[in-house]
Amino acid sequence: MTIGLSHYLTVAAILFTLGIFGIFLNRKNVIVILMSVELMLLAVNLNLVAFSAFHHDLVGQVFALIVLTVAAAEAAIGLAIIVVYFRNRGTIDVAEIDLLKG
Amino acid sequence: MYQAIVFLPLIGAIIAGFFGRLIGARASEVITTNLVLVTMPLAWLALYQVGMEGHETRIDLFRFIDSGELQTSWALRIDTLTAVMLVVVTTVSGLVHLYSIGYMEDDTHRPRFFAYLSLFTFVMLALVTADNLVQLFFGWEGVGLMSYLLIGFWYHRPSANAAAIKAFIVNRVGDFGFALGIFATFTVFNTVQYDTIFASAPDQVGKTMEFLGMQVDALTLICLLLFMGAMGKSAQFLLHTWLPDAMEGPTPVSALIHAATMVTAGVFMVARLSPLFELAPIALAVVTFFGATTAFFAATVGLVQNDIKRVVAYSTCSQLGYMFVAEGVGNYGAGMFHLFTHAFFKALLFLGAGAVIHALHHEQDMRRMGGLRKVLPFTWAMMLIGTLSLTGFPFTSGFASKDAIIEAAYAAGTPIGMYGFVLTAIAALLTSFYSWRLMFLTFEGKPREKPDVLAHAHEPPWTMGLPLILLALGSLLAGAVFMRFFIGGDEVSFWRGSLVTHGEAHHEVPILVMLAPTLAMAAGFAVAWYFYITNPLIPFGLAKRFRGAYQFLLHAWYFDDLYDFLFVRPAKRIGRFLWKTGDGTVIDGIGPDGVAARVIDITNRVVKLQSGYIYHYAFVMLIGVALIITYFIFAGGGLPR
Repeated sequence: MTIGLSHYLTVAAILFTLGIFGIFLNRKNVIVILMSVELMLLAVNLNLVAFSAFHHDLVGQVFALIVLTVAAAEAAIGLAIIVVYFRNRGTIDVAEIDLLKG
Repeated sequence: MYQAIVFLPLIGAIIAGFFGRLIGARASEVITTNLVLVTMPLAWLALYQVGMEGHETRIDLFRFIDSGELQTSWALRIDTLTAVMLVVVTTVSGLVHLYSIGYMEDDTHRPRFFAYLSLFTFVMLALVTADNLVQLFFGWEGVGLMSYLLIGFWYHRPSANAAAIKAFIVNRVGDFGFALGIFATFTVFNTVQYDTIFASAPDQVGKTMEFLGMQVDALTLICLLLFMGAMGKSAQFLLHTWLPDAMEGPTPVSALIHAATMVTAGVFMVARLSPLFELAPIALAVVTFFGATTAFFAATVGLVQNDIKRVVAYSTCSQLGYMFVAEGVGNYGAGMFHLFTHAFFKALLFLGAGAVIHALHHEQDMRRMGGLRKVLPFTWAMMLIGTLSLTGFPFTSGFASKDAIIEAAYAAGTPIGMYGFVLTAIAALLTSFYSWRLMFLTFEGKPREKPDVLAHAHEPPWTMGLPLILLALGSLLAGAVFMRFFIGGDEVSFWRGSLVTHGEAHHEVPILVMLAPTLAMAAGFAVAWYFYITNPLIPFGLAKRFRGAYQFLLHAWYFDDLYDFLFVRPAKRIGRFLWKTGDGTVIDGIGPDGVAARVIDITNRVVKLQSGYIYHYAFVMLIGVALIITYFIFAGGGLPR
């Protein structure tokens, strides 16, 4: 069995779905949400790379690198926000973060 | 001159009504009283000019209502009938204005009171000078309104408000018929102008019109409907219940409106339309029937009342019945004559009763009076003259007019005339009894007042005394002076067609019939003397023994309770049903309240979506994205295929 494009896409889709479920099934910690977002970004990256190889077009892989860079920056900022939030509210429990309530 | 008579009171009312606060109570009194007093000699002059010299006139003032074929103008129709009413209205009104200065001296709302009185005088004058039915209706409703306002003058008393509302609503019942009568007149004659109606009325005899799906005689129907208005306004049997309650108003008001002028508007209207009534014998029989019944009914109730003003009020009701009897048997002159003399002696009695009430610090219950003759000799003398005249003592005004009516009823020679004769003769006996009962309870016997009230009892001031003297003069002399013109030999040349006069030679009636009223008067006096002077315990014994009859009379034949059961309570039930169920539950429930409740329900559910948890929002966003993508996949990305 050769491993083709559809396998890569399937893995990416599974990862993406795991990320989604990680976001809204998680009742514990904001950091888990951050990790789930990271997971979804990776799934998309996987798609980009897979299509890049499939089409023999390097632009996709360059794009994946840019996404990785942005993801690193995003993770840094996100963690910083969480630290500040923890200093202010004394918790990063997801159930406690409901200030958006109407 | 005639414009001055009608509009001077209006000017007074405007000044006192709008600027009373500015110019003060005293100035309001002086201005309104003087303006009305000026009209008094003018009205007498008018009676002389019109009645004696025959200068009838018609003054067109302005167009009133023009609508299609309905053309009415505001005109002053000055003929003898109008002139007589002008005299009655301005004289009593002027004297009542003067009297009120003394009577209302403690009241803080005097400008309003005098404005009402003057405005009433104006609308009453507009009523009597009317040249067509629409103008008459204006005055008719105007006096009804002023009656309402003046009965409820002391608006802080719930009983006064209730009485005012009652007077207004009962009058609405009559006015409903009256308005229908005017409509029917317009339908049949195509005009509301008196002269045109009278001219073409003979052609309508025997014609029919449709009413409630039946073919009825047009003239009879019109007259009956118009008489329904007269019954309401003149407090005739079945629609009389408001008049005794109207005594809640200040006493001068009772004298002016509920004795001398407004309640006689019905009598005036029938006399004014006598050419029409004369062609409807059935309607005339009905008029006689109700007049006689009222005369008898009100007199019986007057026998047992304890409130001095109520006795006089029922007496008024009864005397109005006499006037209708006279008109019902075709003797309009006698009806107007009794109206004329009654205005004097009944206003005198009311104002005299007012003087007693004033002297006793607003005590109206005769059971707490007595022995006042020595304390208030002047008031006693005035009341005595009024009572003599009311009971028909020979050579007083009441004697002349009342005897004429009773004789006319007998002379009519019809069954309904005989009914009128018997009941009015009995009523004369009852009248004499209750009038003397009033006199004896109030002025004779042992004083039953509280000692401090009696100690402060005083004769009225001159502003109240002078009207009494003038009215007493009228009560004594009006009959003798004017009898010749109203019902005697000069009848035809006096009225000159302003009402129907038969003018035939005086009917021969048996001597017993002629003497009947006088005998009845004497008998009533004797019984009253025996009951209240010789043996004051008899009335109590009778009241105890005939308890049922006594209660029946005391409650005025239970008419108020009957109407309460038949009309008032069902009306309130309907009102409550429409209010609570109809408006509250159905309309509000489905309409505003229901919509508001649904909106709140929906928003309450929507609010729950706003949980504040980021992952909820993210989930919703994701679902949305998924749906959009799904759509684009299946719709081919929005591109044309």
